[in-house]
Amino acid sequence: MSNPPRPRLAVWKFASCDGCQLSLLDCEEELLALAEKVEIGYFLEASRKTLPGPYDLSLVEGSITTPEDAERIQEVRRASRKLVTIGACATAGGIQALRNFARIGDFLSAVYASPEYIQTLDRSTPIAAHVPVDFELQGCPIHRFQLLEVISAFLSGRSPAIPHYSVCLECKRAGHPCVLVARGTPCLGPVTHAGCGAICPGYARGCYGCYGPMESPNPPSLSLRWRALGASERDLHRVFRTFNAAAAPFRRESEAHAD
Amino acid sequence: MPTKKLSLEALARVEGEGSLELFLHDGKVETARLRIFEPPRFFEAFLRGRAAAEVPDIVARICGICPVAYQMSAVHALEHGLGVVVDGPLRLLRRLLYCGEWIESHVLHIVLLHAPDFLGYPDAIAISRDHRAEVERALALKRAGNEIVRVLGGREIHPINVRVGGFYRLPSPAELSALRARLERAREEAVALLRWVATFPMPEYQRDYEFIALRHPSEYPMNEGEIASSRGLSLAPEEFDTAFEERHLPHSTALYCSLRERGSYLVGPLARYNLNFDRLPPSIQAHAREAGLGPTCHNPFQSILVRSVEVLFACEEALRLLSLYEPPEAPALPLPRGAGEGHAATEAPRGLLYHRYRFDAEGTIEQARIVPPTSQNQASIEEDLRLLAESLLALPEESLRARCEQAIRNYDPCISCSTHFLRLRIHGR
Ligand code: SF4
Ligand code: SF4
Ligand code: SF4
Repeated sequence: MSNPPRPRLAVWKFASCDGCQLSLLDCEEELLALAEKVEIGYFLEASRKTLPGPYDLSLVEGSITTPEDAERIQEVRRASRKLVTIGACATAGGIQALRNFARIGDFLSAVYASPEYIQTLDRSTPIAAHVPVDFELQGCPIHRFQLLEVISAFLSGRSPAIPHYSVCLECKRAGHPCVLVARGTPCLGPVTHAGCGAICPGYARGCYGCYGPMESPNPPSLSLRWRALGASERDLHRVFRTFNAAAAPFRRESEAHAD
Repeated sequence: MPTKKLSLEALARVEGEGSLELFLHDGKVETARLRIFEPPRFFEAFLRGRAAAEVPDIVARICGICPVAYQMSAVHALEHGLGVVVDGPLRLLRRLLYCGEWIESHVLHIVLLHAPDFLGYPDAIAISRDHRAEVERALALKRAGNEIVRVLGGREIHPINVRVGGFYRLPSPAELSALRARLERAREEAVALLRWVATFPMPEYQRDYEFIALRHPSEYPMNEGEIASSRGLSLAPEEFDTAFEERHLPHSTALYCSLRERGSYLVGPLARYNLNFDRLPPSIQAHAREAGLGPTCHNPFQSILVRSVEVLFACEEALRLLSLYEPPEAPALPLPRGAGEGHAATEAPRGLLYHRYRFDAEGTIEQARIVPPTSQNQASIEEDLRLLAESLLALPEESLRARCEQAIRNYDPCISCSTHFLRLRIHGR
């Protein structure tokens, strides 16, 4: 082909559910167009063809939970000009970081008959705990339009236009009635990072925080509000401990309330 | 140069994620071992102590490709434990939601993951250079499946609208009529997809599997039914443990599930089809016959055809459900309080998915058990590989590997990465 060389894209998976990389395949309308703009160098979910590095942009899904993966992420970083984490697993350790609060031996024996066959670390850690990261895209799962924005920003050398305010702002913009005010339904929207478009309030339920903490959130004051609505200490403990359990503001708030 | 280490060769260190070992003896394949090394994520462990109401959101995260299946098995098991039966329009909406997931997950697998094996391309993007219209039409069809999940579930991946007892919010009439229009087109796209797939070259291979799938008195199974087998088994989901056992083998992080004293079996589209052909509407049966399928099918490579038949069925079924829908009084049933234990099995796109929960009077989960389709099929995959590899040993290694990968993908195993990069090791040649 006579076209100029296209930037080389790689997508890597660590401990995850595949949902974030699936967001890329869910860009049905944009997928074939994107494939013309970039060269897919490594994306096992989409192609068995693999090209050698270096990769202009690596998207990393999943958290680090095994000794092998702790080494593999170093190789991925060395082979990548820019490295972007996609999703709560890669950015905050994901749901599998719930192990960080338990004894791993108890978890192993609860699931496996022969725990000695399993090699695993006792913590699930985000990618940034192991290598420098150029950008972290939050969400469980990420939003596909935000992903396209991040990819085009990195390919054209600008920074991605991803807002850092809370879900509340998106909720107001979408014109949803506030479930917290109107129905007394506990909602994590005031401390949660925007990006989903405030889906849950649009479906008459409170946000459960799957996009993780917004920039400088104030969880203690939201907890007071939840208490006034009848939430127990145990509820608050658990609600901050889900898909972004290891993200510092959520972890601290969870620890402030007894199980 | 560190970057050079990331070549195909060195990445085999991820072997982990999926590798196949063949052990030969006297020119015969004695054992085939598919090593799965997905890092363990411990869902069953950390579901303990969570509130029952949180379970649908948590189990969705087991798999981004079939979150609805996990949510459906979970809510049905919890409702079973509470003695609640979700019926009428709410049941209909759940079946509609499942149709959406079948469509998007099946088309993803058919076109983006499996078709390249049959047509000899590295990926669907390469196929689209020669067959642009077919790939674009298939992607549009996948989009229609996603549309259903988005309307009823709130979003395509990890839906937020599913709850124990029903939904958080009901779809509006406008949302439903837009869906109906979209599905009319999807039905045409599904017919075209099936006809296209019917032209793919099919490897000759047959095996006498024990098929296991749900069987419902009147419907092609999704959310309910008895667990039935092609060799006469028939049990309620709560009897799962009497017939099945899970074992843990050193070479894999996935547990192996097998039939007690009988061994491997097969779940998934092929099993559903073989056990439930008579539950498909006559129009779908006719399309299946036109595509070259009979009422039974023992060639696992034809699973791609069966999957395409199920996509068409799901489009028709979704339209039928939409025509029957009358809004219920409330989006969810009131739930009683109390301790309990519940079981449920549903038909995930990849096959039978069993959940069991025990919870206390506050609704706190005390024990959870989840048996996904891939762990049920793992033993069967290895047997296929053993039998298949034997007849292919004369081939160059690259072709042998390609055929083995194709055979693994017949099962659409939920370990996407492992099935796209297979390291082949042959011992004893
Ligand atoms: S962040 Fe959520 S959607 Fe993304 S891989 Fe992790 S569990 Fe899946
Ligand atoms: S519903 Fe939740 S997200 Fe929306 S404005 Fe109220 S508190 Fe914020
Ligand atoms: S939980 Fe919150 S962040 Fe996640 S989809 Fe719902 S509203 Fe959005």
